[in-house]
Amino acid sequence: MAFLEINQLHKSYGPVDVLKGINIAIEEGGFLVLVGPSGCGKSTLLNTIAGLEDITSGAIKIDGSVVNDLHPSKRDIAMVFQSYALYPSMNVRDNIAFGLEMRGASKEERADAVAGVADMLQIGHLLDRRPGQLSGGQRQRVAMGRALVRDPKLFLFDEPLSNLDAKLRVDMRTEIKRLHQKLSATIVYVTHDQIEAMTLATQIAVLKDGVLQQVGSPDEVYNTPANLFVADFMGSPTMNLIPAKLEKNDAGVHVELSRESGSIILPVREKAGALDKLIGKNIVFGIRPEDVTDAEGQDAAATDVAQAECHVEVVEPTGADKYVVTHLGGKELIARMRAGFGVNPGDKMPFNFNMGKAHFFDPASEMRVA
Amino acid sequence: MPYRAKLQDWLPRLVLSPSVALIAIFVYGFILYTSYLSFSDSRMLPSYGLVGFANYERLFGLRHWETALTNLAIFGILYIVICTVIGLTLAILLDRKIRGEGILRPIYLYPMALSFIVTGTAWKWFLDPGIGLENVVQTWGWTDFSFRWIKDRDMAIYTVVIAAVWQSSGFVMAMFLAGLRGIDGEIMRAAQIDGASNFNLYRRIIIPMLRPAFLSAFVVLAHLAIKSYDLVIALTNGGPGRATELPATFMYSYTFSRNQMGVGASSAIIMLIMIASIIVPYLYSELKEKKA
Amino acid sequence: MTNMSGKFSRALLYSILIVFAVYYMLPLYVMVVNSVKELDEIRQGAMLSLPQKFTIEPWLSAWSTAQIGVDPTGLKPYFINSILMVVPAVFLSTMLGAVNGYVLTKWQFPGHRIVFGLLLLSCFIPFQIVLIPMARILGTLGIAGTTSGLVFVHMIYGIGFTTLFFRNYYDAFPTELVRAATIDGAGFFRIFYRILLPSSGPIIVVTVIWQFTNVWNDFLFGASFADADSQPVTVALNNLVSSSTGVKEYNVHFAGAILAALPTLVVYIVSGRYFVRGLMAGAVKG
Repeated sequence: MAFLEINQLHKSYGPVDVLKGINIAIEEGGFLVLVGPSGCGKSTLLNTIAGLEDITSGAIKIDGSVVNDLHPSKRDIAMVFQSYALYPSMNVRDNIAFGLEMRGASKEERADAVAGVADMLQIGHLLDRRPGQLSGGQRQRVAMGRALVRDPKLFLFDEPLSNLDAKLRVDMRTEIKRLHQKLSATIVYVTHDQIEAMTLATQIAVLKDGVLQQVGSPDEVYNTPANLFVADFMGSPTMNLIPAKLEKNDAGVHVELSRESGSIILPVREKAGALDKLIGKNIVFGIRPEDVTDAEGQDAAATDVAQAECHVEVVEPTGADKYVVTHLGGKELIARMRAGFGVNPGDKMPFNFNMGKAHFFDPASEMRVA
Repeated sequence: MPYRAKLQDWLPRLVLSPSVALIAIFVYGFILYTSYLSFSDSRMLPSYGLVGFANYERLFGLRHWETALTNLAIFGILYIVICTVIGLTLAILLDRKIRGEGILRPIYLYPMALSFIVTGTAWKWFLDPGIGLENVVQTWGWTDFSFRWIKDRDMAIYTVVIAAVWQSSGFVMAMFLAGLRGIDGEIMRAAQIDGASNFNLYRRIIIPMLRPAFLSAFVVLAHLAIKSYDLVIALTNGGPGRATELPATFMYSYTFSRNQMGVGASSAIIMLIMIASIIVPYLYSELKEKKA
Repeated sequence: MTNMSGKFSRALLYSILIVFAVYYMLPLYVMVVNSVKELDEIRQGAMLSLPQKFTIEPWLSAWSTAQIGVDPTGLKPYFINSILMVVPAVFLSTMLGAVNGYVLTKWQFPGHRIVFGLLLLSCFIPFQIVLIPMARILGTLGIAGTTSGLVFVHMIYGIGFTTLFFRNYYDAFPTELVRAATIDGAGFFRIFYRILLPSSGPIIVVTVIWQFTNVWNDFLFGASFADADSQPVTVALNNLVSSSTGVKEYNVHFAGAILAALPTLVVYIVSGRYFVRGLMAGAVKG
């Protein structure tokens, strides 16, 4: 049985529906990441789980019991806020112990518990300081300590890393992952950063406009995105999504992509079987930059590769790779090539398309077909 | 819903309710009561016989009230304009990296800490022909120097302006200074690079950006002008004769000295209407903007 | 800009600023120097010159012997009246403002904006409009002509401003802190006095200074609702200055005016920064 279960959750502010029938379940010890662009309802969803906002209809179950009408403090949850929400007038020790104090824990219990988390998070030397005297990373640790000390059933994280600079964010991300593994705690985590989602989650839930787009493991969400939105949202640089036509002739199924001078043809073999319904129709052809390469840089495991001559327009070296931009189907297409590969703007050269990893979307429904 | 229905949920409104009740009775209830009196035949004591608009008709027939309104117009306009000009000028000058700003600013502002009664007392004697400015200049040798506005029916209202400007203009300066300090320095640098002279910089860029400060200053000064009472009492006590009577002093004397409570109440209602017509739109837009 | 004209405009700038400084200081200077002169010396003119013969007599007279109303009591008893009026009035209105601001920002309910608007509007009404009914109500409550009556009046008409101050301050106070405390298990009052109140130092100072200045400087309510035993010092000062009997003791008047102004001046000098912030908060709404 799922540890956290959300059934048909609706939430509206007056006439505005912000959550439209959310269903999610996660196992004990799972790490659920709610991800989506700003305004998609992910923070609202987290707040309803916390009990900070009422729900309009539906049910939220934690560890088997419905908590819809329970006060936040009675749900046995802990929350880490985006701004950390450390009480400015209390020192770190009192901040961490405040929740225990409110629950009537004795002084000794509180001291033991604080010492325990301070040790785990290596913030022992900060206990007598005020939040104002801490750096961003230290505040972040204290905020986590405040959550950990209560040993709750469920941890809620609301964009906890978005106020940190890039380097610290990566460090803290690793730290959160380590804590999760060590404590095998159940976590719900909100972020708009799809890389955080990919690295941390056991389950990712992608939201848009209050509607759940897809729930699945990071692998599923990345490799078999349910629709155009998910395909576009997950991954960086984003997936190339190009209007195209799917045709079939004697040689088999192929994708036809237009460009200024005629069009290019990419044969489809492995996925051809699933595409019968789309033959002769307009489709959206999706392919990730890492699946478009120079000939030598191609994935050794790839079994269905198509090659086409393309015009190089822009070259963007990142150090590790070179992103090469061309135009297809009226859109930019980004290919990821080896850093050492010699290519210049204006060149005409063959691009290798890993068609086994290509995606085919129905432009009307925006759903993925194969 | 067990937790929702609990006392916790009503506690906030419960805590707010004493204040709301007090304001409802002592502000809005009293406004209603006074407006009722303004339609009644009250004289020395409140009385509840309705007389329609008779009090208002009498009020606007009174020379005395006409004087008060004329004075309010003269005083209000000059007070607002002069305070704004002085306040803006001082703010712009002070903003030009002045050494000693830390000393000057408090000097400009301290009158605001004084009671109008104290201000009135100080200026009353300073402007008094017998011992004040006139006397001082005469002892300096200009023996035919004359400055007796405070005793002059036609000029006395201007002495009220002088004292009121003295009290409030520093505060207006502080408002403009805060506005100036809030302007992004990059905008000024950009304008200078665009070749704007100092004059154009202020006229075209900075002063238009101070719009909110102008609005706030206007609202504060206008409502102070309409409410002005203490200063006139201390400076001229409405005199000479009735030359410096304002609506606020008119209301007081008709209600409490002349036993014409109905007329007094109607004058208070007119004052309320004047203030409300300035304040209500302002508060409405301010609170609405907050929401967006 | 050449160096010459730069220097010239700089000199002009300072001259203007100094002229204004003189304008603002002059009345205070006049009050101070003439409060330590003998009366004859003032009558001879030379209001602006320093005293030829320094005397503390006018101050002593203004404080304890000058004729105010019917008794030669000086300002002292009225000064005490003002203190007895100001302290509870400021305390009560500040407390109410603090909880109001807390509710209006952190426990918003439908219509909270209208409630705030109505509270705020009460700051601006011409108080003439409440004089008649208030006089009757104070009589009914049995506190007409007493200091308690004045405390009550000042508390009520202070609520609007104190609520404004605290609402604006708490509006910027992170709501996430309230949420964190809610999850930690703190209730309505506990969140207020454990989380918000300890961080409210600056706004409490601003509010107290503002209320103190307003209540101390009030004349209208004091003149309307106090009787001879409970008059605040502003009313007493006006009686002193405008009494038509006897010789006009200008020096005593000046000393009295300074005495009456002293508390607010001291507050201003000691904490001018907060004073200005209060003025601005009172002026720039929202």
